[in-house]
Amino acid sequence: MPELNLIEAVNKALAFELAADENVVILGEDVGVNGGVFRATVGLQQRFGEQRVLDTPLAETLIAGVAVGMASQGLRPVAEIQFMGFIYSTVDQILNHASRLRNRTRGRLTCPMVLRAPYGGGIHAPEHHSESYEAMFAHIPGLRVVIPSSPARAYGLLLASIRDPDPVIFLEPKRIYRLIKQEVVDNGDGLPLDTCYTLRQGSDVTLVSWGAMLHETQQAAEQLVNDGISAEVIDVATLKPLDMQTILDSVSKTGRCVIVHEAARTAGFGAEIAAQLLEHGLLSLLAPVKRVTGYDTVMPLYRLEEFYLPGVDQIITAVREVVEFG
Amino acid sequence: MSGPQRNSNNARESITSFDIHFTRYIDNDGKVVGALPDIAKDPDALIPLYRAMVLNRAFDTKAIALQRTGKLGTYASSLGQEAVFIAVGAVMKKQDVLVPYYRECGAQFLRGVTMTELLLYWAGDERGMDYAGPREDLPICVPIASQIPQAAGVALAMKYRREPRVAVTMFGDGATSKGDFYEAANAAGVWNLPLVFVVINNQWAISVPLREQTRCETLAQKAIAAGFPGEQVDGNDVIAVFDRFSAAMEKARTGGGPTLIEAITYRLSDHTTADDATRYRSDEELRTHWEREPIKRLRQYLITTGYWDQQRDEQLQQKCELEVEQATQAYLDTPPPEPESMFDYLYANLPGALQPQRDDLAKKVKQACQS
Ligand SMILES: Cc1ncc(C[n+]2csc(CCOP(=O)(O)OP(=O)(O)O)c2C)c(N)n1
Ligand SMILES: [Mg+2]
Repeated sequence: MPELNLIEAVNKALAFELAADENVVILGEDVGVNGGVFRATVGLQQRFGEQRVLDTPLAETLIAGVAVGMASQGLRPVAEIQFMGFIYSTVDQILNHASRLRNRTRGRLTCPMVLRAPYGGGIHAPEHHSESYEAMFAHIPGLRVVIPSSPARAYGLLLASIRDPDPVIFLEPKRIYRLIKQEVVDNGDGLPLDTCYTLRQGSDVTLVSWGAMLHETQQAAEQLVNDGISAEVIDVATLKPLDMQTILDSVSKTGRCVIVHEAARTAGFGAEIAAQLLEHGLLSLLAPVKRVTGYDTVMPLYRLEEFYLPGVDQIITAVREVVEFG
Repeated sequence: MSGPQRNSNNARESITSFDIHFTRYIDNDGKVVGALPDIAKDPDALIPLYRAMVLNRAFDTKAIALQRTGKLGTYASSLGQEAVFIAVGAVMKKQDVLVPYYRECGAQFLRGVTMTELLLYWAGDERGMDYAGPREDLPICVPIASQIPQAAGVALAMKYRREPRVAVTMFGDGATSKGDFYEAANAAGVWNLPLVFVVINNQWAISVPLREQTRCETLAQKAIAAGFPGEQVDGNDVIAVFDRFSAAMEKARTGGGPTLIEAITYRLSDHTTADDATRYRSDEELRTHWEREPIKRLRQYLITTGYWDQQRDEQLQQKCELEVEQATQAYLDTPPPEPESMFDYLYANLPGALQPQRDDLAKKVKQACQS
C-alpha cells in the first residue's frame, strides 16, 4: 500500500471524487497549472481539464460566492482559500448564505460545497498565515467544520465532506502536511463525519484535541506511560456538529479531561467542550477540566511562534495536575 | 510575453476610450423618440407588460397597507421602478435563473413566484422562499451585493454544463460600491459568463444620493473596467428596457458573454416601510419624478396609439386589485409554521447533537400551548 503524507492524501481524495462525480468542480487561486501553493491540486487540471479545475481571479468573496451559486444549482464545488488568513472575506457568503440556504428555502435549494483552507502555525510562514480561527466557523449554525489530523483521515474525511449535502469548512493543519506518512488506501471510502475518533485507549485521563496538536497530544500520551499514566486520546475531527457523546463516554471512564488546541484560549472551541462536560458529565469528573491552548495574544510572527504553540511538556504538566488533583 | 506591445514613437498617448450609450424610446410624456423597436408596435406583447406593471403596483400598494395595519413586516416597495422589473421578468426564459435583491417582486411574479409567497416572506416566514414556480431561482437577498458573486456561480454552472441558459442578477446603485460587485463583474469578464447585470439606479441608497456613492458619470462604465459592455437605459421606459435587455440576454445565451444594464429610474417610495424619506429628500424632487413614472408613461403611449382605452384600464385596475386581494387572503389564511421547523431544514438530516435542542423547543411549544 502506498504511503502518503497529508497533502498527498488530500490530492488523492480530490482526484478520486473528480473522476467519480462530474458535478465536482475545484476552484481557487493558483489551483490549476500550479497545483495550489501547497500542491494540494497538483496534476488535477492536467488530468481533468480547465472546466473541472479552475483558476479564479484573486478574490476570496468571489470564490465563496461562486461556490454558493454553483452549489445552489446542484454542482459540488470544492473551493480552496490559499491560507486561513484570507478566509475572512468569505465569512459573509458562508454565514449569510451557504449555512442557511437550505433553511431559508425550506430545502428547495441546498449548498453542498466545501471550503478548504490550510490553517495553523508552526511553519515559519509570513504574517497572517498562521492563525487558528476554527471556533469562529464552529459558531455558525448550518455548517460542518471538519479538521483532519492524519493522511488517512484527511483522505476519508475530505471525500465524505465533498459528498455531504451541506456546506463544509475543511481546515487542513498545514504544520503536518508533510510531517507524517501513512498507508492510505485510495479506494474512495469516506470516513464518517459528525463523529470523534478515539486514537488511543486509556483509563486515567482523556486528552481531546484536533488537527496538528494531536501530534503533540499523542506524544504526550506516549511519554505519560513512563509515569504510569494511561491517557485516552480523542480526535474531535468534526467540530461542528460535535459528537460530545464519545467524549462524555471516555470521561465517564477516566474522570479527567485535558483539552488541547492551538487557537487562542478565550472562546476557543475547548471552552465549548469544557462547558458541555460540566453540563452533562459533572458527576464523572474527578478533577477540573483543563485546557492547554494558545495564548489570548495576537499570533506572533515566527521568531516567537514556538513559544505560542502549546508543546508536549505543557500537555504533560496539565495531565499531571489533573491526575494529582485533590 | 504578455503586456501591451506598442510601436508608437509618442512618449504618451491615449490607448483606450469608451462610449456609454443611453436608450429611450418613449419620453416622459409618452411621446415617441426615434425609430421604435418591434415590441413597441405589437399590442399583444406590450399590453401584457402594462398589465404586469399595474399588478406590480397594486401588490405594492396592498403590501404597504398591510404593513401600516400591522399585518406585514418591513416591506421594500417597487413604486416607480416597475418598468425595469417587468421588462426583465418578461424577457427571461423559464430555464434562466434570477438572482434577485429585494425590490423586484414584479420580475419574480413573472417568473412564477406567487404574491402569497412574497407576502409570507415579508411576514417573516421562510416558506415564502420555497417558490413553487421557479425552483432554481435564488431567494431574495438582503446583504447588499452578496448575491452578485453567487450569480457568477450560477452562470458558471450553466456554462460548465453547456446549457443555453442565462443568469440575471439585479441590484441597486448602492450595491455598485461594494467589492462583491467588482469581484463578480471582473470574473464575469474573465470567464465570459452568460450573466446579465441589471443595476436599478433609483438615485438613492436609503438616504445616500448617487453623487455620494460614486463620482463615476455612469454606473454602466464600471462594466468597461471589467472588460465587457455596459449601457444605460431609461428605466421608466419599459420598451427601452425590454429592447436592450433582450439584446443582452440573446448575446449572453449565444456565448457572447456578460452585459451590464444600468436602468435609470427613481424610487418614488420610502426606502422601505421602516424609512421616512422626507428626512433627506425634497417634495419638489419627488414631484418631478412622479411626472416621469413608468406606468403613466406607457398608458399614455398605449392610448395614443389606440391600443388601449380608459374603460379597459378601469377593468384592469379592478382585476388586479381582486387578484391581490385573493393572494392576500391566502396569505392571511396560512397558519404559522411549526416552530420545530427551524431545526428541520438546517441540515439534510438533523445531527444528533441538535436533537436535544429540538426536543427542548418542542417542550417549550407544548407549554406555550397549554398556557
Ligand atoms: C451589506 C449591507 N450593508 C447595509 C445594508 C443596509 N441597507 C439595506 S438597503 C440599503 C441601501 C441599498 O441601496 P441600493 O443598493 O441603491 O438599492 P435600493 O434599496 O435603492 O434599491 C442599505 C444600506 C445591507 N442590507 N447590507
Ligand atoms: Mg438605490
